[in-house]
Amino acid sequence: METFLGIDYPTLWFLVVGLLFSGYAILEGFDYGAGAWHLFFKKDLSRRIAINAIGPIWDANQVWLIIGGGALFAGFPVMYATMLSAMYVPFMLFLMFLVLRSTSIKFRSSEEMPWWRKTWDIIYFISNVAIAFLLGVVLGNVLQGFEIGPNYSYQGGIFFSFLSPYAIMTGFTTLSIFMTQGAIFLLLKTEGRLHARLTFLLKKGMIFFIVSFSITSLYTLIFIPGVTDNFKSNPVSFLLPIFSFLAVANIPRLVSKKKYFQALVFSSLTMAFLLMLVAFQLYPVLLPSTIHSDYSVTVYNAASSQNSLGNMLMIVVIGTPLLAGYFIFLYRTFNGKVKLDDTSY
Amino acid sequence: MDVEILARIQFAFTIAFHYIYPPLSIGIGLIMVIMEGLYLKTGNKDYEILTRFWLKIFAITFGIGVATGIIMEFEFGTNWAVYSRYVGDIFGSALAAEGLFAFGLESTFLGVLLFGWNRVSPKVHFISAIGVFLGSMFSAVWIVVANSWQQTPAGYHIVGEGFNARAEVTDFWAMVFNPSSVDRIIHVWQGAFLAGAFLVLSVHAYYIRKGRYLEISKKAFKIALVVATIVSFTQLLSGHSSADGVAVNQPAKLAAMEGHYEKHAPADLYLLGWVDNENQKVTGIGLPGGLSFLVHQDFQSPITGLNAFPEEDRPGQVNAVFQFYHIMISIGMFLIALTFYASFLWWKGKLFENKWLMWIFSFSVILPQIANQAGWFAAEIGRQPWIVYGHLRTSQGFSQEVSANQIIFSLVMFTVIYSLLLVLFLYSLNKKIKYGPYDEAKKPLEII
Repeated sequence: METFLGIDYPTLWFLVVGLLFSGYAILEGFDYGAGAWHLFFKKDLSRRIAINAIGPIWDANQVWLIIGGGALFAGFPVMYATMLSAMYVPFMLFLMFLVLRSTSIKFRSSEEMPWWRKTWDIIYFISNVAIAFLLGVVLGNVLQGFEIGPNYSYQGGIFFSFLSPYAIMTGFTTLSIFMTQGAIFLLLKTEGRLHARLTFLLKKGMIFFIVSFSITSLYTLIFIPGVTDNFKSNPVSFLLPIFSFLAVANIPRLVSKKKYFQALVFSSLTMAFLLMLVAFQLYPVLLPSTIHSDYSVTVYNAASSQNSLGNMLMIVVIGTPLLAGYFIFLYRTFNGKVKLDDTSY
Repeated sequence: MDVEILARIQFAFTIAFHYIYPPLSIGIGLIMVIMEGLYLKTGNKDYEILTRFWLKIFAITFGIGVATGIIMEFEFGTNWAVYSRYVGDIFGSALAAEGLFAFGLESTFLGVLLFGWNRVSPKVHFISAIGVFLGSMFSAVWIVVANSWQQTPAGYHIVGEGFNARAEVTDFWAMVFNPSSVDRIIHVWQGAFLAGAFLVLSVHAYYIRKGRYLEISKKAFKIALVVATIVSFTQLLSGHSSADGVAVNQPAKLAAMEGHYEKHAPADLYLLGWVDNENQKVTGIGLPGGLSFLVHQDFQSPITGLNAFPEEDRPGQVNAVFQFYHIMISIGMFLIALTFYASFLWWKGKLFENKWLMWIFSFSVILPQIANQAGWFAAEIGRQPWIVYGHLRTSQGFSQEVSANQIIFSLVMFTVIYSLLLVLFLYSLNKKIKYGPYDEAKKPLEII
């Protein structure tokens, strides 16, 4: 098997996909999170500002979902196909809410009628909450494992089996961390009364996060078999949960000092550490089979050919710096507090 | 209904709906870049007003295009799991390259394009417009590459057997430049230019008819007419080249396009007709030996007919392929005639004197849309029964673990949401057209 810096291609691609999904979680985390607070803002103008805080950047942030999905399809087609077809209902709901969310951003402020705006506000709020929740639910299902038989055939329930108690908990945890991330991002972009209200809301968000995260962690340790195996074999990995805890603890301190950008960095780090934790728990498995471990989808049996992975790594090496350049240009252009003008949503 | 047909209906429905928007974005994008370029070059305010106006319409088409496009990326996995495992090595890399090289470019510059008027210089804004336009062109490249590989696979080998069989890339560039890619990319680009140009023509023809915004409408109409005249003609050339490729690479599809059954005989070229698949007979008006002439420049030269292929290896819906193909061709011919006639009037200095011509242009907006859809339907139904030509059948490609009820659920959901989207799109398009290119005085915003 070919390697690069001593790491084989499937593992390298696992890191790439992990990196892309972390980028997605961090960037769309504050987009979805900001939207999940939407109905907590009472005035129409506050809601408009909240939408325009993500206005020029949410389309770009969404690129990470497209690239992450493409990278999963290209690098681990078996994982892509098995997960999406087995999780048919949650993914269809996820896609539906994605469409409704972008539609409400585009059309909410295009009419002045209060009923029009209120309707879209509700749709927008529900979509954001549902998207964050469903992402967590899918993650929970992956951690728990699927009923996968021979030839990657899914043998589990069809409609509502994805809503296991554990998946619901990971759903709430994801929602809460996105809401924390979203509130911090809005603090960075707003001023005045809305800003003061967000300081108050962020505290609630953090409590929501700490509670759901603690319950989920306990549940994971007690009920999900094999979770700690990878940790026992490599004790250094215990640093990951400690790091994520420290990163969370740092957020209130930075917010009280009004260092919102640093706070955003630390809540992003929390997400990155947690995703690393997940990746570390799973590797080299991508999708554990609850029927027999021989049927599990792993980075090796799911991976594309060496040749294809090599090409794709080249694409990533060329494409990522370009993308980073575009992002720096975009974020620099829209740096600072939201100012509504005639081009705003 | 069985899972396979439901999965096909859902895919056809979601992709056809999606395909209303990206061609419009690419086409409007081109016209918008020209308008903004003229503004920078001449400093004429009219072009700025036009750019801002078309940017607003661009924003809606682009937005709906992205929203409906994300669904496509995941629908391969949800509904076509076997296919996805089979082609992931190849198809996946094209999709990933699209995300990184094309979508990344268009979506980041889109923010600056839409919201950056007051934040960046006109030049940087123009560069952003070009970035978005190029990004949307590159998107088309990678998506058409992926589809073309399904039509004419190249640069791969098949590894494994039975359920574990899959295609793996052996030569990346041979895969990208497979025999049909280049022809089809150009054909799709030009179809998109026509879709955008005819929307611009339609809206400004409407204004001209109503006597509103005459000055700027004439300018915009002329820009779009130049694009439409050139492209409707070059589209004929690219269509011909594309059909030549089909003759070589997918003879069964070519035979279905003209309803040609006989194994080895000269084939006719129909203007219009009806295919009776059971009796293998076409009723219609056509040029005997015309297809032979187009392919081999000889009216007597034989063309491989459908009967040369086993029943299970040829398209089942011959009449559908025939009709969609001929709808596309007829519209293409009409667009050439229309744009050339309008350009002739322009040359004579009488372009805007013909009210009925403006009427025709107002309604012609629908024609490139129909032609684009019809062309894809002909291409995709003509590829059947294969999902990967010659290797994997559509009946083998769908997700085995997904039930009919699940697809009915998602199909109903898509129908509801897409109807809503279509209504919103038409409503806001209509509103923006009625409102016109000029902004009224800006309202002061209340301060929190």
